[in-house]
Amino acid sequence: MTTIYEQRPGLSRRELLKRGTIGAALIITGNAVISPDKAWGLETAALKPDTMATLIKLARDIYPHDSIADRFYAIAVKGHDTKAGTDGAHRELIEAGIADLDARAGAGGYRGLGWEDDRVDILKQIEATPFFQAVRGDLVVSLYNQKELWPHFGYEGESYSKGGYIARGFDDIEWL
Amino acid sequence: MAAPYDLNDDSVVVIIGSGAGGGTLGNELAQKGIDVVVLEAGARIEHEDFINDEWDSFAQLAWLDHRTTGGGWRVSKDFPNLPAWIVKAVGGTTTHWAGASLRFQEHEFKTLTHYGKVEGANLLDWPLTLAELEPYYAKAEDKMGVTRTNGIEGLPGNNNFKILKAGADKLGYKDCHTGNMAINSADRDDRMSCQQTGFCFQGCKWGAKWSTLYTEIPKGEATGKLEVRPNSHVVKIEHDDSGKVTAVVYADKDGTLQSQKARIVCVAGNSIESPRLLLNSASSKYPDGLANSSGQVGKNYMRHTTGSVYAVFEKPVHFYRGTTMAGIIRDEAKHDPSRGFVGGYELETLALGVPFMAAFLDPGGWGRSFASAMDSYANMAGLWIVGEDMPQEQNAVKLHGELKDKYGMPIPDVWFTDHANDIAMRNHAYQQGQAIYAAVGATRSFPTPPYPSTHNLGTNRMSEKPQDGVVNKWGQTHDIKNLFVSDGSQFTTGAAENPTLTIVTLAIRQADYLAREMGAGTI
Ligand SMILES: Cc1cc2nc3c(=O)[nH]c(=O)nc-3n(C[C@H](O)[C@H](O)[C@H](O)COP(=O)(O)OP(=O)(O)OC[C@H]3O[C@@H](n4cnc5c(N)ncnc54)[C@H](O)[C@@H]3O)c2cc1C
Ligand code: SF4
Repeated sequence: MTTIYEQRPGLSRRELLKRGTIGAALIITGNAVISPDKAWGLETAALKPDTMATLIKLARDIYPHDSIADRFYAIAVKGHDTKAGTDGAHRELIEAGIADLDARAGAGGYRGLGWEDDRVDILKQIEATPFFQAVRGDLVVSLYNQKELWPHFGYEGESYSKGGYIARGFDDIEWL
Repeated sequence: MAAPYDLNDDSVVVIIGSGAGGGTLGNELAQKGIDVVVLEAGARIEHEDFINDEWDSFAQLAWLDHRTTGGGWRVSKDFPNLPAWIVKAVGGTTTHWAGASLRFQEHEFKTLTHYGKVEGANLLDWPLTLAELEPYYAKAEDKMGVTRTNGIEGLPGNNNFKILKAGADKLGYKDCHTGNMAINSADRDDRMSCQQTGFCFQGCKWGAKWSTLYTEIPKGEATGKLEVRPNSHVVKIEHDDSGKVTAVVYADKDGTLQSQKARIVCVAGNSIESPRLLLNSASSKYPDGLANSSGQVGKNYMRHTTGSVYAVFEKPVHFYRGTTMAGIIRDEAKHDPSRGFVGGYELETLALGVPFMAAFLDPGGWGRSFASAMDSYANMAGLWIVGEDMPQEQNAVKLHGELKDKYGMPIPDVWFTDHANDIAMRNHAYQQGQAIYAAVGATRSFPTPPYPSTHNLGTNRMSEKPQDGVVNKWGQTHDIKNLFVSDGSQFTTGAAENPTLTIVTLAIRQADYLAREMGAGTI
């Protein structure tokens, strides 16, 4: 099972510093990916945690919303780990796809490229591949279908239980 | 109460599909005392159980059986297994539909006459006139409670409409209002009025919007003359040596094949499944499929020239609040070849929630341009283009050469490529749509490509002469007297208007014809 949890205990600030983590980078430890502020962690079951960390970065590069936290991108891509657990071909697709991204990025790998534009240049080269299509096709649902994110977009979701919008602003526009 | 009929009862009229065409026909016949069995592939889900959530509702209602698609249209690339967005449930696509209910214009029944020969198009006049249909249109509008007919007030305009209207005024459009909608603006027909919940495409939980599920079907059942059998997927129509159809073979809820005898069979499975069923019913007598002596079964597939324009404004719009289709501009619906194309189009407001907007705004799109558009969601307005597309013989529903469904029947393969006229019309509509929004201060707008087809038409078309089409002016197949087509696949051409009012109108008229002919003993 792929799990995502908040506030993973046990990793001290000293340890983090020892690992040489800086800035906004995701931390890899054992089979887990942990957010730099330790607010959440993601344990992988089938994919390498490094792969998962790159997937999270890739997801943000595909749909970059600067005020949406990494946690939501992690939730959005964790399905690949779950699927890889039962589907060897899918694991291979993802692992090979990420390895290819790293190879194209050179020495520091994909996550090592500091500018989004440089990473996007690489993505444009692989945009037609089954790997990219699989990640993007899944992400467009797994990201935008997260109810917790709808307020970010100003979408109110379900409305029947609130009596619809007949008395809640269906025609409240004033700036016209 | 709903009458249960015996499988061996060969006096019943069997209708395949319970949507706009089938559900209406079933009730109309039952009201006349005719025994009817409606076989419906989907489950019966009452309106209280509809879900205010785009993907969950899609999973609950959509037709998700395996389909493939090809041809030049973008849908075949973006949604290779979803050529159409239609429903598999009692009530058919009238659960999902938005409710826009417009009559066709007179000239749209005679396109070959008015447009002349258009290269590459298979235009044909309907064997019908508007005048012949008018009394039936009036009945359909009354039945469905269409606003701005029968003294029914229009719906109030939501924010999305107000923007459309302001833009229309700036551009000098004259015919812009909150539409002719089969949605109650006040309580009517034991159904309540619209609460502006904004989930029309997910099924109206209030029952304010007309759907055969909670109007025609229960009314028909109340006569004791109509049985609706859900989870009954028809795989084949059978005939005797004389060529008359005699029974319908269907898979029941357990997947077991059953055979229901019939006096008359009416096919109303929507324009992909209806021709597929006729083709899959091929026999030694009818090697090309039932009612296919013309070779036109499955051909001339139309889906309207569609597209959307979404636009972003400086300030919030919240366009998802209120009726999904909240208003219309009709000025471009006329036939005016000086615009560079024949036929016309309607502009109707449309809103999607965040999940569907992400899937449909620019399928396959990604990066900052896409994400920033999504970030502007709350400030968006939107409209949908619906225009007449050209029937083309190579646009077709075919049987797949290899793939079969779980009952062993070939799956449908839907081919579509835009005609040059379709492209010219869409580009004109994109321009007008963007101009409407620019006129009220849009900072950015998106000419969004067509979605998987919601309007599916023409694949068993109506014709005067048997060699030109599949059915006559009553929807009766030219080849087999007791086999009828009762859905949008009868359409000879598509017109600019949303199709359902016309499907319902034809079904009411067909019921009169059936009753008359059955009474006279000719079928
Ligand atoms: C999102 C959306 C919005 C729409 N908005 C509008 C609108 O505003 N105005 C408008 O005019 N139209 C609208 N439409 C289109 C409208 O819904 C259809 O035109 C109409 O419902 C078609 O009627 P029909 O009888 O041909 O088919 P349907 O209503 O689709 O009914 C066909 C039924 O047949 C069943 N069936 C199919 N094959 C078999 C089989 N082999 N055995 C048994 N049962 C079978 C299906 O499960 C289905 O229930 C919209 C459609 C969608 C998807
Ligand atoms: S907006 Fe009106 S018609 Fe649409 S689902 Fe809500 S109540 Fe029904």
